[in-house]
Amino acid sequence: MNYQLEINNITKSYGDLKANDDVSLNIKPSNIHALLGENGAGKSTLVKVIYGSLMPDRGEMKWLGKPYSPKNPFDAREQGIAMVFQHFSLFESLTVEENIVLGLDGVRLDENFTEQIIKYSKQYGLDINPHQVVGDLSVGARQRVEIIRCLMQNPKLLIMDEPTSVLTPQEVSDLFITLRKLADGGCSILYISHKLEEVRQICSEATILRDGKLIENCIPQDHSQQELAEMMIGKKLIQLARSNINTGENIFSISNLSQKSDDMFGVDLKNISLSVMKGSIVGIAGVAGNGQDELMELLIGEITSPPGTLSFKGGDIGNLNSHERRQLSMFFIPEERLGHGAVPDMGLNENMLLSRPQKSQMTSYGVIDWQSVERLTQKVISDFDVQTPSSRMLAKSLSGGNLQKFMVGRELIQSPELLIVAQPTWGVDAGSANNIHQALIALADKGSAILIISQDLDEILTLCEQIHVLSEGSLSSAVDMKEDGLEKISQLMVGSES
Amino acid sequence: MIRLIPRIENSNAMILLSPLLALTFTVITAYFIFASILVDIEVSSVFYTLFVEPLTDSYYISELLVKAAPLMIIALGLSIGFRAGVWNIGAEGQFVIGGIAGSAVGLYFYDVEGFWIIPLMAIAGILGGMFYASIAAFLKTKYQVNEILVTLMLTYVAVLFLSAMLQGPLRNPSGFNFPESRIFHDSALLPIIWQGTRVHIGLIIAILFSFVIWFGIKRHMLGMQIKITGSAPRAAKFAGFDDNKTVWFSLLISGGLAGLAGLFEAAGPAGQLTPGLPQFYGFTAIIVAFLARLHPLGILFSASLIALTYVGGENVQIDYDLPSSITQILQGMLLFYFLACDILIKYKVVLFKTIR
Repeated sequence: MNYQLEINNITKSYGDLKANDDVSLNIKPSNIHALLGENGAGKSTLVKVIYGSLMPDRGEMKWLGKPYSPKNPFDAREQGIAMVFQHFSLFESLTVEENIVLGLDGVRLDENFTEQIIKYSKQYGLDINPHQVVGDLSVGARQRVEIIRCLMQNPKLLIMDEPTSVLTPQEVSDLFITLRKLADGGCSILYISHKLEEVRQICSEATILRDGKLIENCIPQDHSQQELAEMMIGKKLIQLARSNINTGENIFSISNLSQKSDDMFGVDLKNISLSVMKGSIVGIAGVAGNGQDELMELLIGEITSPPGTLSFKGGDIGNLNSHERRQLSMFFIPEERLGHGAVPDMGLNENMLLSRPQKSQMTSYGVIDWQSVERLTQKVISDFDVQTPSSRMLAKSLSGGNLQKFMVGRELIQSPELLIVAQPTWGVDAGSANNIHQALIALADKGSAILIISQDLDEILTLCEQIHVLSEGSLSSAVDMKEDGLEKISQLMVGSES
Repeated sequence: MIRLIPRIENSNAMILLSPLLALTFTVITAYFIFASILVDIEVSSVFYTLFVEPLTDSYYISELLVKAAPLMIIALGLSIGFRAGVWNIGAEGQFVIGGIAGSAVGLYFYDVEGFWIIPLMAIAGILGGMFYASIAAFLKTKYQVNEILVTLMLTYVAVLFLSAMLQGPLRNPSGFNFPESRIFHDSALLPIIWQGTRVHIGLIIAILFSFVIWFGIKRHMLGMQIKITGSAPRAAKFAGFDDNKTVWFSLLISGGLAGLAGLFEAAGPAGQLTPGLPQFYGFTAIIVAFLARLHPLGILFSASLIALTYVGGENVQIDYDLPSSITQILQGMLLFYFLACDILIKYKVVLFKTIR
């Protein structure tokens, strides 16, 4: 069998840490090959080795049958390996064609070049207008620009790093059509992801890494999503299910809330209405930057709202600040961990004090009882399995997953009657995400109400009984999942753009 | 080649060492400056007069404490605002206004005797300083005007206001038109705590305040609020802290303490209100606060160190006819090196050979 790229026994260490330990994988021509693993499993290191930005300590590679050891990314590109990064490298103030020409060597921007762009765009279904300014484009369109830029180098292997993490379902299925066309045309694809359903849908082979080691080379369709996830995290996942959906009376409602954004690049919220019942989990889906941050500020109480727009347990809470809202048993977990939900340069114990409930054991007359704070911090650390050497560890030195578990725990030990949470598992490893989801479900099962704002549609679909979509500052009414389903959500997410 | 490499964790050794390192660099640089400008005078004897002599004699030590007290009081107030990211640079102005307000009360009760006069003057001093700082707080919270500019510029207004007062309402009626107030009578003078010297009760109050503030920062939610606001403003909003309140609180405390220090200066060592009341204590206290890394107890030490440069600087003026700016040069260098050495807490220096 002729492989396009053969990777044999690659090892790369940083000090004591083996980021890649004896990893081998082979990519066949015209194949979409998944590279699966959690954060820190060694995916990026391996990709950097392939792309020439890191030299392996040991091991060898063969490219199209010949020994291959790229000195730098330029070298890799010369030989036909291209990469689309998770974070795009585009100049927002330049047009699409200007951006593309800047990324290529030895070409000039003329009519001929523009035609080339249009040709590629038609051939692979990558809908793009070469004259548009990149700053005006949606995330999906920006990704198409990056892909076209790579394709114009006529690569034989395209590396894609988490390509779907920012796309709507519609954009994802468009991308998959493009990827299949590419593969059929002879360009193999190394597809890095942790979204298992997608991998099962589009990839014909998968390599799973964990802690720098090769766990398995397999055909993803031979395994269930759960099996793949368990291989990835190395332990059993607990199936998520609401044991007891027992919704009660209406506890929280937003009525006709509008807010002009102070920020030039902010989103104005228009006429948002929503109600949440006791014991229910309500989800707000939508692509980032459609008003989620602005809405969260209002819900937390960092900005006050006009009278009559926010009510909790029958009372108007629009002009209360976050501390006053907590007194009523409303608690919040913001998306941004460092700098918003936690102070980076303070210990976990000090960070406990950000969210103080009524009759707090932690303070009396404003004087802090550090022993009680310590006790509560320890409780959060043990109940929510936060991996930290001590409660004085600075928030910034914890991994994203651990800090998120701490923040979720900090709010949950107060048994909130209403929990509002944004992106509960953003940048969190699959094991921790599973724990957090379980904890949220357990809270709702006990009769509390939860409002989740998330870009991760899978998360919303798994957890929520009632789903709304936020698009360009407007909130849809609840989507009837039985009737309209995913397609409707997808349309709403794209909003007026479609 | 020299390279700075980020450390994984802050170096605790450097947190303690960097002030000493800064002091060493200051002394070395001072040595070269003196060596290049002094003619016929031994640098070592100037050094002795500057740094050692002030510690050898009880008179000099008492003078050192007299100068350290106002620095401590002002720096304690400033340190609170600096933690919150509220930059009150105009303590000098609040010091002057506090001095005027307190002195005015003392002069109003010129013929009256009573133990209550000094406390009343102190309260007036505090209120004067608070009022002056509140201008900056109002403009900042209402119109987002930068407090650095407002407080700094108001300093010059305050100094001119002092001079206007001393030419007018507060001038000594029998003082031959000199722009000075009457000399305060006994009830309006601060109690002396070290007989035979000018060391007054302000020193004890400074030490008291430093412990109170230390407790507040460590154990009270207000201290947490200030630290969180300074360190992560969005997290402060998340916690429900009102940032306008933090600005008001910081400026009122630092203004009030600067005003108190101003009154203590007038009712203490000076004994009257003179145009010489402002002596850059308000600016120097900024150095004091940073040298102590804003730690309330550390301020007691850094204020004493800076006071040493005042006393030593005066001595070399007298003994060797050197200019008075020596003191400011030393203080400036100290802050400069201190800030520079602080980079060693987060970075380590690595020497390596360059490959051609």
